[in-house]
Amino acid sequence: MATKAQSRITPLTVISVSFVILWLVIASFPFLWTLWGSFKVESDFFSRADWRNALYGVNTVRETGSAFTLDGYYGAWVQEEFWRAALNTGIVVGFTVVISLTIGTLGGYALARSGFRYAFWLLMLALVFRAMPHITLVSGYLLPFFEWNIWGILPTTIIVLVAINQPFTLWMLHSFFLNIPKDLDESAMVDGCTRFQAFRHVIIPVMWPGVITTGLFSFLLAYNDFAVTSMLLSERNETMIPAIASFLGTTQEAGNVMFAVAAVVSATVPLFVLVLFFQRQIVSGLTAGAVKG
Amino acid sequence: MKHKTFFWFILPTLTAMTLFIALPIVSVFIQSLHIQHEQVLITVENCGPFGCTEETVIDQEATRALRDAQPLGQFNGLGTYTNRAHLAFGEIGEAWATTESWGAFFDRVLGLPFYRALAFTLTYTFVVTPFVLLIGLAVAVGVNKLPKMFKGPTIFFSLLPMMITPLVGSLILLWMVDAEGIIGATLQNIMNDPSLSLRASATLTWIMLIVYGIWSSIPFSFIVFYAGLQTVPADTMEAAMIDGASKWQRMRHVVVPHLMPLVVFITLIQLMDNFRVFEPIVGFQAQAYARSLSWIIFNDLREAGNPLYGSAGATSMLTIIGVAILLSPVLVRTYRDYTRKSTH
Repeated sequence: MATKAQSRITPLTVISVSFVILWLVIASFPFLWTLWGSFKVESDFFSRADWRNALYGVNTVRETGSAFTLDGYYGAWVQEEFWRAALNTGIVVGFTVVISLTIGTLGGYALARSGFRYAFWLLMLALVFRAMPHITLVSGYLLPFFEWNIWGILPTTIIVLVAINQPFTLWMLHSFFLNIPKDLDESAMVDGCTRFQAFRHVIIPVMWPGVITTGLFSFLLAYNDFAVTSMLLSERNETMIPAIASFLGTTQEAGNVMFAVAAVVSATVPLFVLVLFFQRQIVSGLTAGAVKG
Repeated sequence: MKHKTFFWFILPTLTAMTLFIALPIVSVFIQSLHIQHEQVLITVENCGPFGCTEETVIDQEATRALRDAQPLGQFNGLGTYTNRAHLAFGEIGEAWATTESWGAFFDRVLGLPFYRALAFTLTYTFVVTPFVLLIGLAVAVGVNKLPKMFKGPTIFFSLLPMMITPLVGSLILLWMVDAEGIIGATLQNIMNDPSLSLRASATLTWIMLIVYGIWSSIPFSFIVFYAGLQTVPADTMEAAMIDGASKWQRMRHVVVPHLMPLVVFITLIQLMDNFRVFEPIVGFQAQAYARSLSWIIFNDLREAGNPLYGSAGATSMLTIIGVAILLSPVLVRTYRDYTRKSTH
């Protein structure tokens, strides 16, 4: 309900709008620039002489005959077998999200419904665990994992990521379950359901919005992880992010930076799609913890 | 909920957290008390045509056998904590005794690897956080004034820097500011200095990393503030307007106090998250001038073929202590909220 005084164009409005536009450019230009440049050859994208080369692709036309080239993508996906890393990422992220949501839902529900003091202390403990830098945990894993011979394989990484995910998942789901009225499952229990039956038949049907939001953040954590995946996976089982990091070592010598650029753009696309479709859930998830205090 | 039911519901998640978060911390602590076995030396006698010489060589086989038998190494107590690569008590004492001025003393201390990493980590944490708060609030206020149809797309593009994988995000920026990238090359042309590079000096490297940190965290504070702005009470705003408060005064005396709890929330989360800064250093390949605590742990573990578990463990424990100090206000606040809720 904007009043006339609020909607009048004042110098202040102009300043604030131009500030937002400036921020939008800073936020999005790097992505658009890299996306555009990934279809050029290296001497265009990294052009010391004239930055407009990257725009028009002068050297790209000269070298490949067209203003756009898929050489970078071919090099990364086929020559350097980036598809293998993408497949591994799919497996790791998929399993991590499903497992951590399954056990997190049970735990979060229990924490939300238990009135006892120890439930609160468990939540505090989870908060402490959430703050641990992942690399400090990784330095604790390596030696035992080598000893037990489970280093380098995907299941180990999946379980570790699930565990690292739990503190956050528990907090988020716990606050979602607090918002589901207690009467719902309690009346089911009065009707003779056990606690688990009440959970199964009454709570599960109504919990999906919260679970989807939490799942998005589990996905992001697993997908964006570098510390765990780069230290715990062998070269064959590498996921996308450590693969990109090792590209940098190998390709720069070979003069194939464009492979890395193409790989980076490929790894960004899923995130882009995610934000596009789930913007509302992401925003609500980010603010869930904050607004409630 | 009955204790027994609670136990079964919480069991899977608790097992996962105990095995892979609590126990590793214990394991890190044990590792930090040990140091790798020294190489086994043996004396062999080489007899040649010109007589016999005694020579000390490394017994590779015995060394390997010993290391395989006790992979943890030998007990070293707190030795790793106090050595040159960590708290360096000896070196600090010496610097204290031999330097004349504070400046010279700090120069010496910041030359030690652990303190240098600590200095960068703290600078990063305490510079990025206030900028993130201020710019995030400004963007939120700006977006809040936009016509409705622009809000959705604006939020979409604003979210990207935060959603992007930190390593990928830092690479994208690196390629732009590199000597041959669009920003780097343009800067060279403007300054007319073909050797100008953001990665060539410590100061510029630190600024580059801090700017990246701010860029990637603004969306978080923006979103939280934006949500907070939706709940600013309209009555109070109107009352302030009737009383003749200017836009700035309304901002200063109505909106900001209303958002204060969110400021605390963002500050605490940001301090914790920025303290573990790690991926940007790998992405920007900035380790020559800027190393964080997380990065030196990573580097110890990467040590080709011969990871320094003891050293990594000691740095990890020291980092955990740092996190605990930063975390304590959060814990106190959560505890207070809880007791307040449960007494009412």
